[in-house]
Amino acid sequence: MTCYEVVVIGGGPAGLAAAISAYENGCRSILLIERDKKLGGILNQCIHNGFGLHTFKEELTGPEYADRYSRRFYETGADLMLQTTVLDISEDKVIRAINEKDGLVTVKAKAIVLSMGCRERSRGALNIPGTRPAGVYSAGTAQKLVNIDGKMPGKKVVILGSGDIGLIMARRMTLEGAKVLAVVELMPYSGGLKRNIVQCLEDFDIPLYLSHTVTKVEGENRVEAVTVSEVDENRKPIQGTEIRYECDTLLLSCGLIPENELTQGLGASMNKVTNGPVVDSDLETSIPGVFACGNVLHVHDLVDFVSEEASDAGRNAAMYAAAEPRYKVKTKIPVKFSKEIRYTVPSSVVLAGISEDIKLRFRVGNIYRYKKVTALAGDRVLAKKIRKVMTPGEMEEIVLPIGKLKDIKGALEITITVEDND
Amino acid sequence: MTKKELTCIGCPMGCEIEVMLEDDGRIASVTGNTCRRGDVYARKEIEAPRRIVTSTIKVTGSLEGASCVSCKTETDIPKEKIFDVISELKGTSLPCPVKIGDIVLSNAAGTGVDVIATSNVR
Amino acid sequence: MQNKIYDTLIIGAGIVGCSVARYLSKYKGGIAVLERKEDVCCGTSKANSGIVHAGFDAKHGTLMALYNVRGSRMYPKLSEELDFKYENNGSIVLCLSEEDRPKLVSLYENGVRNGVFGLRIVERDELLTLEPHISDEAVCALYAPAGGIVCPFDATFAMAENAAHNGAEFFFDTKVTDIVREDELWKVVTTRGSYLTRTVVNAAGCYSDVFHNMVSSSKIKITPRRGEYFLLDRTAGGYVSHTIFRLPGKMGKGVLVTPTVHGNILVGPTAEDIDDKDDVSTTADGLDKIRLQSALSIKDLPLNKTITSFSGLRSHEAGHEFIIGEPEDAEGFFDCAGIESPGLSAAPAIGEDIATMIADKLNLEEKEDFDPYRTGILDPLTLDEDRLNELIKVRPDYGKIICRCESVTEGQIRDAIRRIPGARSIDGVKRRVRAGMGRCQGGFCSPSVMEIIADELNCDISDVTKKGQGSEIILGENKVL
Repeated sequence: MTCYEVVVIGGGPAGLAAAISAYENGCRSILLIERDKKLGGILNQCIHNGFGLHTFKEELTGPEYADRYSRRFYETGADLMLQTTVLDISEDKVIRAINEKDGLVTVKAKAIVLSMGCRERSRGALNIPGTRPAGVYSAGTAQKLVNIDGKMPGKKVVILGSGDIGLIMARRMTLEGAKVLAVVELMPYSGGLKRNIVQCLEDFDIPLYLSHTVTKVEGENRVEAVTVSEVDENRKPIQGTEIRYECDTLLLSCGLIPENELTQGLGASMNKVTNGPVVDSDLETSIPGVFACGNVLHVHDLVDFVSEEASDAGRNAAMYAAAEPRYKVKTKIPVKFSKEIRYTVPSSVVLAGISEDIKLRFRVGNIYRYKKVTALAGDRVLAKKIRKVMTPGEMEEIVLPIGKLKDIKGALEITITVEDND
Repeated sequence: MTKKELTCIGCPMGCEIEVMLEDDGRIASVTGNTCRRGDVYARKEIEAPRRIVTSTIKVTGSLEGASCVSCKTETDIPKEKIFDVISELKGTSLPCPVKIGDIVLSNAAGTGVDVIATSNVR
Repeated sequence: MQNKIYDTLIIGAGIVGCSVARYLSKYKGGIAVLERKEDVCCGTSKANSGIVHAGFDAKHGTLMALYNVRGSRMYPKLSEELDFKYENNGSIVLCLSEEDRPKLVSLYENGVRNGVFGLRIVERDELLTLEPHISDEAVCALYAPAGGIVCPFDATFAMAENAAHNGAEFFFDTKVTDIVREDELWKVVTTRGSYLTRTVVNAAGCYSDVFHNMVSSSKIKITPRRGEYFLLDRTAGGYVSHTIFRLPGKMGKGVLVTPTVHGNILVGPTAEDIDDKDDVSTTADGLDKIRLQSALSIKDLPLNKTITSFSGLRSHEAGHEFIIGEPEDAEGFFDCAGIESPGLSAAPAIGEDIATMIADKLNLEEKEDFDPYRTGILDPLTLDEDRLNELIKVRPDYGKIICRCESVTEGQIRDAIRRIPGARSIDGVKRRVRAGMGRCQGGFCSPSVMEIIADELNCDISDVTKKGQGSEIILGENKVL
């Protein structure tokens, strides 16, 4: 059985950054396993611009961003298996994978980085009533067909969900000749970036209906119409508000779900809010030596933050594989938070042997304006920041400076609070 | 005087900005923004809105079986030229291999901006 | 008009039509199955509970009871001969109040009279050891160890493939529009020409009244009874291990909760009589009803793990009885009408009987070379490592996973298309090898499946459909619509 110091599972933006970072932190025995024939993951089909503003200080398209990381990855000389699917991982870190060339392969790792990304919520999971014809696709499936294959899956389109992929696809379908009749959002606010609402919808006069949902799909073979209804504050459709759109396509952009089948198979503790594994500030899961980053850990809005997080995971994996003592026995200080916050990643902080600030990422459950976010250990303030606005669609972060953290040995928990800023 | 309404894209706040225009089209006032970025955005958006356009263009002779390659305008172009660029791309195809940065259409729709490939296709 | 004269034309390629074809292919004679849809198993057989009922429910003395018990006893051997998944997981009928106990007892007695093995009434304590998540209200239950589950697609494909292997022909996209007597023969008129045959089998599901009424003066009426379902992800698998019913009420058996042979949990069906024989849409009301009803049987069922909801039709005959055999005034026309639940359980026995009736009528001889065996599509991941690697050397496509949720390889998808009758659409592939059947519902794999179909069928990717003509996925090219 081949052995590696670090095996990275998934060659999208997270996996690439993790592998590169493991190399940069001294690891010389790295394997990256990717199921597609090309590195870059879903970025390859995100041909719109807007990637890399934080990382490269310029505005790139998805494939360009992927290419920069791919080239850096190839420069490391790390081993790569493309078109290879991981079947399972055992607790002693033996990975079983399969491909056309080698058949079934088993690899042993000292440390593993999980970076499998996420998938889209399907129509079935949304329980949209009606028929089940051709013409109902997730926005990502449509994106693949249009941007990679150059094929149009629809002419007259309604989009359910105003997440960024849905907004981006509204523009893409329009540019390529389709008519997008409406974007429909169940919540009273959009889950997408403001910039996308303006540049993908308003630029093309595509209406956005907030607090609306699709309540019926018609058509036996192909979608012929969908019915859109307004919803009340409990998100239940209001009778009498139905609008029927004749169309041939319904695209769904209703949320992303981390793809954690391998993680669960491994027995790692899971976070019910993020659907990702529970990790500490080393991004280590409950299984020692198994780290997670990117959308498999929690769904991100910006790839730049994925790369940054993955870089941390890669560094930690390299250090774990090099048998750094700090990973042996960990004292984890749990992170608690007030009700405005839905989750934090990480969910605990490890102080021993830290060499850098710790960044806590979190999401709020509603729209909040003019708030003060504070990180506390007991009554000691570790960090605070004022936010003019926080929305569920935009990930927030608060940095716990290493200087302050060194002073709180013995703290039982760290608390993040959200209060009015007077 | 005419009034134009905009949503600022500078940050998640999404300030609703009102721009008052003189009869000759000059900007009289910008209100509703809560920071300077809103003012800058609104003036640019009214005077000369510009966008980067991304699309695909057909390729021929691909060894990996690709039928198109992704592309973008190298810089932003006037917003009203978006569909002109798209229709010029419609009639164009190029032979493989194509590399990131290759010009696939020069001076797209007379904007003086080239359209370049954004992915590699063998 | 085709010159060939068939011995038997079977209308409908569902479980009943394919079962008749399979048993009839034991005999010498020309058989063809006419199907209006593009594939096998596209009507009532497509969407049902996948239950092999033990046979306690159907009223003693009815054909339903007879065929149910006989059919369910045929499944274990049949599943071995035809290599499809069958599991004898046992069924439970819950009784939620002491008041209803007499009804449970009469169900038990009915079952005993029907000849169902192993029936007994279990009290709450034992019930909890059988099913820990059972409702707090459950006082006792009827336990039927003979109950089982199958994959209805797999069972139907297995029958169809075995029939085809033994000489039966299949014509798809062929809708029967008329049946007329022509001397000693029947002329079956279809959207793709006419066929002459000595006998006709009417296995047309919800449309079986239409064909029966074309040839017989004693009219029947089949009402489509729609049932809606939730399918839960395999991560919810194991929440129940038996098929769990509640005491039957007026509108059928109510909502059941059952594992599937693939490790999912299926919840449903509702029962709603409708007019449209093709309306398999789901409704908000129906789905709500399932949520409420299932909670009466099972506690905290993880409905948040729903991966899809769907609905199916049962062909409900007014007298709630199977109509099997020749009407008096239509010799050579064999009905298999009103085959609603327990139709899947009964199908092998119905197929066997109809085949015997036809063979007797036409004096057909048995074939010496009838092959009762069919091998299912290989799942390479069930092989041990050495055999798998040997296989991948010869067929590398068995090493390439296309559907990640269900771990389906390209090899299996190609096999599904190459079968006779083979898959020609995305749904055809999905029903045969489960690509797209998992939690992402084809979100990732459908473009790849489309490419494989186009390659195998030598057509353009734009011609690939979800489920036959008119359900194409791609409507044009970028900028050219």
